[in-house]
Amino acid sequence: MSETRWDVAPGDRPSIPASEQGASAGVLVYTIGLLLAVILTITSFWVANTSAIWAPGVPAGLAVLAIAQMGVHLVFFLHITTGPDSTNNVLALAFGVLIVFLVLAGSLVIMANLNENLMPPGEMMNLKMQR
Amino acid sequence: MNIAVEVDAVHQGELTNISEAGPASKRIVAGFGFWIFLLSDIVMFSALFATYAVLVKATAGGPTAAQLFDQHNAAMETAFLLLSSYTCGLMSLAVNSRYRLGIFFGAVVTFLLGAAFLNLELREFQGMIAVGAAPQRSAFLSAFFTLVGCHGLHVAVGLAWLVLMMVQLSLRGFQDKVVRRLHCFSLFWHALDIIWVLIFTIVYLMGVLP
Amino acid sequence: MSISLLGKLSWDAVPLHEPIIMGTVGGVVVAIVSILSWVTLKGYVPYLWREWLTSVDHKRIGIMYIVLALVMLLRGFADAIMMRTQQAVAAGGAQGFLPPEHFDQIFSAHGTIMIFFVAMPLVIGLMNFVVPLQLGVRDVAFPTMNSISFWLTASGVLLTNLSLAVGEFAKTGWFAYPPLSELQFSPGVGVDYYLWSLQISGIGTLLSGVNFVTTILKMRAPGMSYMRMPVFCWTALASNLLMVAAFPVLTALFAMLLLDRYLGFHFFTVDAGGNAMMYVNLFWVWGHPEVYILVLPAFGIYSEVAATFSEKSLFGYRSMVLATMAICVLSYTVWLHHFFTMGASASVNAFFGITSMIIGVPTGVKVFNWLFTMYGGRVRFTVPVLWTIGFMVSFVFGGLTGVLLALPPVDWQVHNSLFLVAHFHHVIIPGVLFGAMAGYNYWFPKAFGFKLDERWGKAAFWCWFIGFHLAFMPLYVTGLMGMARRLQHYDVLAWQPWLLVAEVGAVVILAGIICQVVQLMVSIRHREELRDTTGDPWNGRTLEWATASPPPAWNFAVQPRVDELDAFWAQKRHAFAKQDLPVQRHEYAPIEMPKNSPTGFVTAFFAVVTGFALIWHIWWMAGFGVLGATATLLAFMFRTEDEVEISAEQVGLFDRAHSVEVSL
Repeated sequence: MSETRWDVAPGDRPSIPASEQGASAGVLVYTIGLLLAVILTITSFWVANTSAIWAPGVPAGLAVLAIAQMGVHLVFFLHITTGPDSTNNVLALAFGVLIVFLVLAGSLVIMANLNENLMPPGEMMNLKMQR
Repeated sequence: MNIAVEVDAVHQGELTNISEAGPASKRIVAGFGFWIFLLSDIVMFSALFATYAVLVKATAGGPTAAQLFDQHNAAMETAFLLLSSYTCGLMSLAVNSRYRLGIFFGAVVTFLLGAAFLNLELREFQGMIAVGAAPQRSAFLSAFFTLVGCHGLHVAVGLAWLVLMMVQLSLRGFQDKVVRRLHCFSLFWHALDIIWVLIFTIVYLMGVLP
Repeated sequence: MSISLLGKLSWDAVPLHEPIIMGTVGGVVVAIVSILSWVTLKGYVPYLWREWLTSVDHKRIGIMYIVLALVMLLRGFADAIMMRTQQAVAAGGAQGFLPPEHFDQIFSAHGTIMIFFVAMPLVIGLMNFVVPLQLGVRDVAFPTMNSISFWLTASGVLLTNLSLAVGEFAKTGWFAYPPLSELQFSPGVGVDYYLWSLQISGIGTLLSGVNFVTTILKMRAPGMSYMRMPVFCWTALASNLLMVAAFPVLTALFAMLLLDRYLGFHFFTVDAGGNAMMYVNLFWVWGHPEVYILVLPAFGIYSEVAATFSEKSLFGYRSMVLATMAICVLSYTVWLHHFFTMGASASVNAFFGITSMIIGVPTGVKVFNWLFTMYGGRVRFTVPVLWTIGFMVSFVFGGLTGVLLALPPVDWQVHNSLFLVAHFHHVIIPGVLFGAMAGYNYWFPKAFGFKLDERWGKAAFWCWFIGFHLAFMPLYVTGLMGMARRLQHYDVLAWQPWLLVAEVGAVVILAGIICQVVQLMVSIRHREELRDTTGDPWNGRTLEWATASPPPAWNFAVQPRVDELDAFWAQKRHAFAKQDLPVQRHEYAPIEMPKNSPTGFVTAFFAVVTGFALIWHIWWMAGFGVLGATATLLAFMFRTEDEVEISAEQVGLFDRAHSVEVSL
């Protein structure tokens, strides 16, 4: 049907109608995705546990690896591409990512700021904890 | 709805792009709608993540992340869920080719892997509660149990949905709406794995860092 | 501890010792029983069940939303006028007629009802009715889910109103900040009523958001590219995107507070590391986009009304679209301005102060565009136009007070005073409510086939306009004089004269509401004189006016093809230029429409059972409710018939009859 030339549901591979997507080509895509994801996961666990990486850089490294993993899932399992038939799906995803970023970053910045400004001075802390 | 019938009466050559092509097919509408719902679910998780991040140090003198989290367990859970995502993908391919045996096999393996994940998670929760690290102990633990528990709840719902889909597939065969629903299920399942990536990174890996 | 079969519920829950409440409950019960008896005796129940309660038609669902909202407007307004009266008399040593426990529930219920059960259903109802018609399609993307959304909202309404008769409502204000809303300080059922009502209706709203985003992005008439969509559809898109983006945060937040209250978690408690400020933060992460969810469709209505009644196309369509989407995104960057005083540092406050001022700019662009639309046009001063002009005059000032409040130093002086209360009513009432009234008058003939009476409509507008200003302008003054919000009584006698003026304003608004009720009754009585035979009573520009009034279930006999903006106006121009009679089609195809379903109604019934059971800790009943809801959804999942076919003959018959009416 003509709709597959114009537009694609999220998760469908673009340019090819779902019914015509070859099984073997599909298996290859998923398998590559799995292998990449496994490599990234093992790397994450290694990064968290090794002393070979400068300690303050570890969280940043983990974040990058997590983002890469999510990208692998999106591309290999969910078939998100930048093609013209996938635009709505990518835009919706981008909107979602923006909102998530604003909620997370905004909340963290604000709460850290509030905590810093409102934390009682050191000697008061013990009194609070003794409840 | 019969709108697509009318569109055929329109000269195809005049249509320049998707935005003018008229109402999309049901597969696209259903898939996109579910996609938007998934995005809303991810926003909900981000609120839970933000709360966790804010409360992660609020241990109230009780057990901390470093004391509680077992990385081996987390690694196993990750393996199970990732593999189940893979087998779900294979199941989707089988749906595309209408290969019944492949679909049921993929579904069974996906289900077992998902159930194994849940089993590990429930045991972890049980273990934590047994040593006094219940969600009522501190804000950190409340946030942990809620974030990870909410994900686990989604996995459980997903497993129930998978069973229902297999029942429906055997009763109704490859009706359009059954195929659409299977497609939505696979979107859901992959999204859950994406969220798990964030959970094991932020909660388990970053949690045990000194 | 004994475990009762009915949890915490007992006869003590009915507030027999409160005359005002019992009087109200008595009146409501009598009204409901009378209406139900009349409906049953007249034999309307099968019709109502078949055609309305189980309907998945967006037009019917839209009308039901609006009916729900208008009824709840009466309850919310009753709360308002009670508060005004209390504050008008409780000066010096006087205690007024509302004890604090009662007053606290009233201001909490007033806010909750007005935002969630009046404003939201009004705009969602109008979007439901209009958007598919304007897009030139037959229904929304997920019609049964649409019905579920409506009935879940109705469930929330029912639960909140039940709190009047059985138990109590929250006394925390409509945001329910912890620690006050935690179990330790609110051990009663009030906060639970609040939380469960809003969780249930929140699911409905979220599903609505998904539905309309999908409909607007994926289902439009052929040829209707994004830049040929009516502006109301753009504002609907922005509003529904915000619903999808904001409501999940509220769901998570309320879930966390519920976990604190029910299972002893420590998200926001004062001990064990809880952080109540996180509640405030997340609440307003939802809360600010929420007000834009409400006002953006209203802006869309003003755009439609201004263009139609000026007989000109909307000025600056492109900039309207850009402004709308800019507001959509920017609304997610300002939320801290709701808690400038909570203790963030100056730099954080300054950042959000600046973003709050920036967000006023796209709205300013819109105001100029409306003005330029009307300038040079042949403006017809109908009731919708009066509401629009009333909006433009008032909202600008209300918005300006918002820009004032966006300055943290100013906000520190007037936060939580009546100045703030005056500000947000000054933007919500002229913004959202006037827009809903304009939309109600504008689209009423399309929905019911006859116009609303103009004279009573104008009277209603003037009463509302004058009453609103009398009721709220004095509050700016008392706010600047230091009066805090939510006061059950006060000692500063200097405030009283202003509050008396405000009371008069509330009474004038009451007159306005009465005028609207009378308007409806008169219009129904004179409906034949007010009949809209052509389907286009206002010489409209968009596709909804191309249908009959009311439109048939299938909206359009043949899918319209769109070539430019203001599609219907273009069709009329071409027809006039070619001296054409309305097109006489000779070939009709059968149309498949989604089948009506009791899923929405039944799911909502179980939602009410579950909510009520959870509130009163009746665990077996809660389990029953959840099982029932699950079974209902399973039944829907496994249904065999999804669609109903409308024969070509039926379509043809209707369409030919309509064409005859149009040409007469």
